[in-house]
Amino acid sequence: MRAAGRGRSLPTRPARFTPVIVTFHIFTGDPMFESLFQNILNALQWGSFYSLIALGYCLVYGVLLLINFAHGDIFMVGAYIAFFVATFLLGKYVSLGAALPGWLILALVVPVTMVLTSCLGVFIERVAYRPLRRKGVNRLYVVITALMCGLVLENGNLALLGASRKSFPELLEKSIWTFGTVSLTNLKLIVIVSALAIFWLLNTIVTRTRIGMAMRALSWDRFAVPLMGIPVDTIIVFTFILGSSMAALAGVLFAMSYPVLDPYMGASIGWKAFIAAVVGGIGSIRGAFIGGYILGFVEIMVVAFFPSTLRDLIAFSILLLIMTWKPTGIFGMAKTTKI
Amino acid sequence: MRNGLIKLTLCAVAMLALGLVLAACGEKKEEAKVVKLGFNIELTGDIPKVGEASKYAAEIVLAEVNGAGGLDIGGQKYPLEFVYQDNEAKPESAVSAQLKLITQDKVLGIVGPQSSKQAVPAGGVADENKTPMISPWSTNPSTTLNRPFVFRAAFLDPFQAPVAANFAAKQFNAKTAAVIFDLSNDYSKGLAEDFKTYFEGKFGAGSVVAFESHGSKDQDFSAQLTKINAAKPDFIFVPDNYNQVALIVPQARDLGYTGPFMGADAWGSAELMPLCGDACKGQFFSTHYTAKGATGKTKEFIDKYKAKYGYEADDVAALTYDSTYVMLKGLQNAGKLTGDLAKDRVALRDGMKAIKQFDGITGTMKYGAEDNTPSKCAVVVKINDAGEFEFTESVCP
Repeated sequence: MRAAGRGRSLPTRPARFTPVIVTFHIFTGDPMFESLFQNILNALQWGSFYSLIALGYCLVYGVLLLINFAHGDIFMVGAYIAFFVATFLLGKYVSLGAALPGWLILALVVPVTMVLTSCLGVFIERVAYRPLRRKGVNRLYVVITALMCGLVLENGNLALLGASRKSFPELLEKSIWTFGTVSLTNLKLIVIVSALAIFWLLNTIVTRTRIGMAMRALSWDRFAVPLMGIPVDTIIVFTFILGSSMAALAGVLFAMSYPVLDPYMGASIGWKAFIAAVVGGIGSIRGAFIGGYILGFVEIMVVAFFPSTLRDLIAFSILLLIMTWKPTGIFGMAKTTKI
Repeated sequence: MRNGLIKLTLCAVAMLALGLVLAACGEKKEEAKVVKLGFNIELTGDIPKVGEASKYAAEIVLAEVNGAGGLDIGGQKYPLEFVYQDNEAKPESAVSAQLKLITQDKVLGIVGPQSSKQAVPAGGVADENKTPMISPWSTNPSTTLNRPFVFRAAFLDPFQAPVAANFAAKQFNAKTAAVIFDLSNDYSKGLAEDFKTYFEGKFGAGSVVAFESHGSKDQDFSAQLTKINAAKPDFIFVPDNYNQVALIVPQARDLGYTGPFMGADAWGSAELMPLCGDACKGQFFSTHYTAKGATGKTKEFIDKYKAKYGYEADDVAALTYDSTYVMLKGLQNAGKLTGDLAKDRVALRDGMKAIKQFDGITGTMKYGAEDNTPSKCAVVVKINDAGEFEFTESVCP
């Protein structure tokens, strides 16, 4: 679609908002310090995504001892669902009468996406994992099934929507605050705050509620729990709902921060989030959360202080050292209470 | 009795075998009547729009030639048949797609892959199997280097890099530059290095103030861009694919970078503006051709493409169109087809080698100087406020 002197012009992303740029003069000194501070903010944002996804891995692993490798792709589907809900609310498919304000659309997109993505998570559990669990097969086979589910989601999306990318619409008016050379966007702040809030919420659910207690009991002894009259399947379904809705939230925030969606977007970030969960100590909520930030910080800081060509080499060597030092992860315990 | 039965069976087997041989001979003659070309293109994966454009351009060539009754080779008309193989924009898939085209589909020649990331390994396979290949879009020198069977329709990165560097130096009055590139992409890495060498040669060592890389699947570039921002370059050179450009440019703005960007030919996809939006407006990039203001057969192609597929043909489409015609011209130069695949492939190669000049829709291509690479002009385009790619200047070797 080259320059068209004639005919219709290019369908560019609509400019719904012009960014608001506010400048503060607080840091005036050391540029080294300023770029360090900027990188801390970058790492907090990037680590938040790892953390949100890692929490999903961790929950399912904690309860079922199953590494749900489809989780990264559930995150991808979450981003796509958010895309369709958002474009629907923007009146792209059917006219909704009045144009809704961006904040309202966002307020609707988040819960709707979480619900729909949870349905997907529960559906996968019912169709793929539960039958295998009923047959009492080795967990290894369930993990392989999870891998396949992920591939089915990726390629199903590819077949259904085609390979071209989707551009996520801008829902929030972008504000850029600059402090000297350090800049912060409102989106960055939202991502970081949401990740912290979700962690707090999840921690409360698991440690302070009855259903959380049941989850912990299930991870402690999955044979004794049914004997106590705890409905195991309900607990497992609840776990998948929690994990998938977290992936959905990550998907919405991710799509807003990096508005180019493609069917493989979940694969690499999903794998890395899994590594984060393992480094943090898989099964431990605190571990997964911290692990996500560790990975985010390592990736960003390695680029900041070393040549970026060596990023993955150095970053994963550091993680390998952490694993050698603590094979069960930072907060993991060898075969004791998980979650 | 038993002996008789064996004899009878043997006889039957022999006749059957003879029949098969005859049938095979018959088929071979049948095959020689159709000219089969393969397309090893990026239909899925990172850059699907590139594969789509290639396929559409090929379909236009197919319709044109077959509409005229087929390709005239030595006085005989041969209808064309095109086989499209997806290489998923992955080097390893490009190699297997190439082998499949050569050994199973038994094509005479191959057009593609487009991106150097795929074209460099696939070119090796084509050369080893003595099958002519022409990559329309690949600009990395390694694709055709010392490979007599591999051709290309685009200029080289060592030519494109100075074009971008000189233009940016003049346009932005720049003395320093920063580069961000994709380490795992031969195209991006090669061009970034060529740019650095040229720019530092011109403005002295250290004038490329930041030289940062990322991976193909990365979505967050904040650390690299923070580093670039701290180095305060006059402009950022971004030899990346359009999908990454759509993330890099807005992220740099979010981090407070206000200077200009200079891009390369991988920006020139029809999908750049839908993904990147306003952030990319006002930026420049070097490329192969521009549709705006086109005349003659270039305009004919653009109109045909737009009428059929509803959008403006990008440079990949135009280059694929040219490449396919270069290969067809090579077939015509070969004079006649024998039906022996190996012989015909060599004849096609010699036929393509015999082309000294080709007037394509992307300009005049002069072959002969370098490894099967044309010498041709590059253009610099500006993305204007309507999101169109506007011709700014043309640079010829």
